[in-house]
Amino acid sequence: MKILVCITHVPDTTSKISFVDQDTVFDKTGVQFIIGPYDDYALARAVELKEQLGGSIMALNVGLAETEPTIRKALAIGADEAIRINAEPKDAFFVAHQIAQVVKGGDYDLILMGRESIDFNGGQVHGMVGELLGIPSVSPVMHLDIEGNIAKLSREIEGGKELLEVALPIVAGCQEPIAEWKIPNMRGIMSARSKPLNVLDPFEDEQKTVVENFVMPAAKSGIKMIDADNVGELVDLLKNEAKVF
Amino acid sequence: MEKTLEKNIVKGGGFLFNHPHFSEIFIPEEFNDEQKMMAKATQDFIDKEVFPFVERIDALEEGLMPSIMTKAGELGLLGVCIPEQYGGLGMSFNTGMLIADIVASTGSFTTAFGAHTGIGTLPILYYGDETQKEKYLPKLSSGEWKACYCLTEPDSGSDANAAKTKAILSEDQQHYLITGQKMWISNAGFADLFIVFAKIEDDKNLTAFIVEKSFGGITMNDEERKMGIKGSSTRQVFFNDTKVPVENMLSNRQNGFKIAVNILNIGRIKLGCGVINACKQIANQSTQYANDRKQFGVSISSFGAIKQKLSQMAAKTFGIESASYRAGQNIDDQVDVLIAQGHPEHEAKLQGVEQFAIEAAIIKVHGSDVLNEIADQGVQVYGGMGFSEEAPMARAYRDARIAKIYEGTNEINRMLLVGMIVKKITKGEFNLKDELDFFNTGMIHKDTFDAAPLSKEYKAIKNLKKATLMVTSKALEIYGAKINEEQEVLINISEMVIETYVAESTLLRTLKLIDQSGATSAGLFINLTKLYLFDAVRKSKNAGYEALACMIDDEAHLDSLLKVMDRLTAYNHLNTSRLSRDIADEMILQNKFPYTLYS
Repeated sequence: MKILVCITHVPDTTSKISFVDQDTVFDKTGVQFIIGPYDDYALARAVELKEQLGGSIMALNVGLAETEPTIRKALAIGADEAIRINAEPKDAFFVAHQIAQVVKGGDYDLILMGRESIDFNGGQVHGMVGELLGIPSVSPVMHLDIEGNIAKLSREIEGGKELLEVALPIVAGCQEPIAEWKIPNMRGIMSARSKPLNVLDPFEDEQKTVVENFVMPAAKSGIKMIDADNVGELVDLLKNEAKVF
Repeated sequence: MEKTLEKNIVKGGGFLFNHPHFSEIFIPEEFNDEQKMMAKATQDFIDKEVFPFVERIDALEEGLMPSIMTKAGELGLLGVCIPEQYGGLGMSFNTGMLIADIVASTGSFTTAFGAHTGIGTLPILYYGDETQKEKYLPKLSSGEWKACYCLTEPDSGSDANAAKTKAILSEDQQHYLITGQKMWISNAGFADLFIVFAKIEDDKNLTAFIVEKSFGGITMNDEERKMGIKGSSTRQVFFNDTKVPVENMLSNRQNGFKIAVNILNIGRIKLGCGVINACKQIANQSTQYANDRKQFGVSISSFGAIKQKLSQMAAKTFGIESASYRAGQNIDDQVDVLIAQGHPEHEAKLQGVEQFAIEAAIIKVHGSDVLNEIADQGVQVYGGMGFSEEAPMARAYRDARIAKIYEGTNEINRMLLVGMIVKKITKGEFNLKDELDFFNTGMIHKDTFDAAPLSKEYKAIKNLKKATLMVTSKALEIYGAKINEEQEVLINISEMVIETYVAESTLLRTLKLIDQSGATSAGLFINLTKLYLFDAVRKSKNAGYEALACMIDDEAHLDSLLKVMDRLTAYNHLNTSRLSRDIADEMILQNKFPYTLYS
């Protein structure tokens, strides 16, 4: 079983978000970065599958040198080696193109990643990778087992759950409860430094999107408490202020 | 090369007699990616395996604490400083400090963890023979076995050598039969291995033994009902003719007291460092509560009185953190030097810690005091909710209190640290006279380096050192060898020593940060340093005044010295409300402690 796990390098969920250069660039000053939480689940399941079936795990990240601590964490958790495509991840298609190129040269059975990153939350990369490679892509995958050459998986759909059997290779965008996220153990952290981390130049690609500017969401307005006897006022506020109907 | 040599000559207690350059100290921002990842993994572990269960832990649910300890062992947390050949990770002393720092926020688990990895494991690591190390350390490192340390008895606490537990050699000379009563034994309820101190026959000094639970003859009282750390197992342990093979004696006969003292030295610096994350957690929770809690139509975090508390939490935490890792690295450097000189590793580690016993005591006393102050302020920020068991502050407040008592009470440690300084002076290791010559030369200090933009603070710290040495020298002049009988004076001097060391550590850390990234991005740290120093100077001045007044009856003489004290503690022109508002505003904005080291 040869597994590729794609990981994103994203701001910690408690980070203060702000923008610079006329709101066109995310300000990274003082921001702590982590492995994307959904990618963490994908990696945890990859480690379990490797324990169960044998094989190897390659971690892949598209990012500049600053992402290496995040990649080392993936190695500490259980990836055997890693590739960093040395480029700023410009947009979903750019990243998908890089991943597809790596997969073409690698003969992978499974390409796992989070169902979406938690910075831009596009949720597009897995679909694009599947399309570029001409293989199935499934998301959001909540259970994944491998039997022979078949992936048995389930995913959430509108109003229910879908059970699927798909021939390998596949791309899966993962989310909980596919596996319990793993804390790297101390020995894993120490061995991560000696695992190979290969840096590759980006594969050429045209940039398909341009960021014009970012806009912060409006601050949440406060909660208004309405007396239980005053239903009329509640209805009025819902209709005219919150405009829910 | 030059820097290495400079580092090598740092002596324990030497900070009072020198003015180190910031490049000579280690700051926690310099931990490497691997160490930071270990810190984060430890935080993740306690978030996942400890915090969700605090109430069940505090209720002493059967089997819960040992199962968490086992998981900690599986993750490698119990063997961080144990050499790799004995199943550990062989990491540095400062890495062990870092793990202790993160674990600190877990109350009862902090104690279970500390008792096992510190006083439970270290006697074997540092004093065990090869067979003992090979037999026991891998089990302790993996968490398969849990350890405890049996020193204290009903009539011997701080006076450890007065213990009455006896060890009698059996007729066939194959075993010692240990009989006695030990109390306040952390981890006793689930321990598989007991480090036991007893006197062989009528020996003057204690001997240490490794006792397996399976040796038999061990009974216990029920769990103690304690004020705090309720989930930490604490029992009286009775040894009734417990049959211990002679090969389980640790080190030599009558070497037990030395073992006990040295192990406590190590334990105490980790205990002091092992408050940092607890302080940060209280600051986080207090900030969040103050932001959420509305009174008079606004968040209470907008009030100056609350900002004052939040900023003090941050400044005090910054202080103990700066001091802890500075001392931890001094120990690592000393160990490296000793190993390079040909000392065996375990001996080098012991001597490394012993060399910095003064700093270890400073950190134990200050860390535990700071945690208690911050917990008290945390309760106050929470107001009525702080007094309720529904909010986290009541537990934090109760759990903090023991730190001032165990592993050597703060009073014993305060006297010990001044005693050690005095000993070094009387042995000629430090020259008090040279340092005090400024009395004759008009107290003008030549700057040893440019400390802009903290040059005023740098001078203030140099003067604090002079003030501390002036009071110490006066005490030596008046009491001579009998200074140890003047506990009140010693405690006041210790206050000055502690505040000087911690304030200097914050200053040097900030200067290093300014050097690395410029004054603008170090703005928060400059504020924290100033706020800490202002308090340190005030406390030192009070302690100095009190010590001098206790020593000197002649009013004219006393007045002249108090005037000198005034000049040496003249760091007054500081708008602390502006400073504390700036610091607190950063916390309020981030909704947490104002800086993050490990993510």
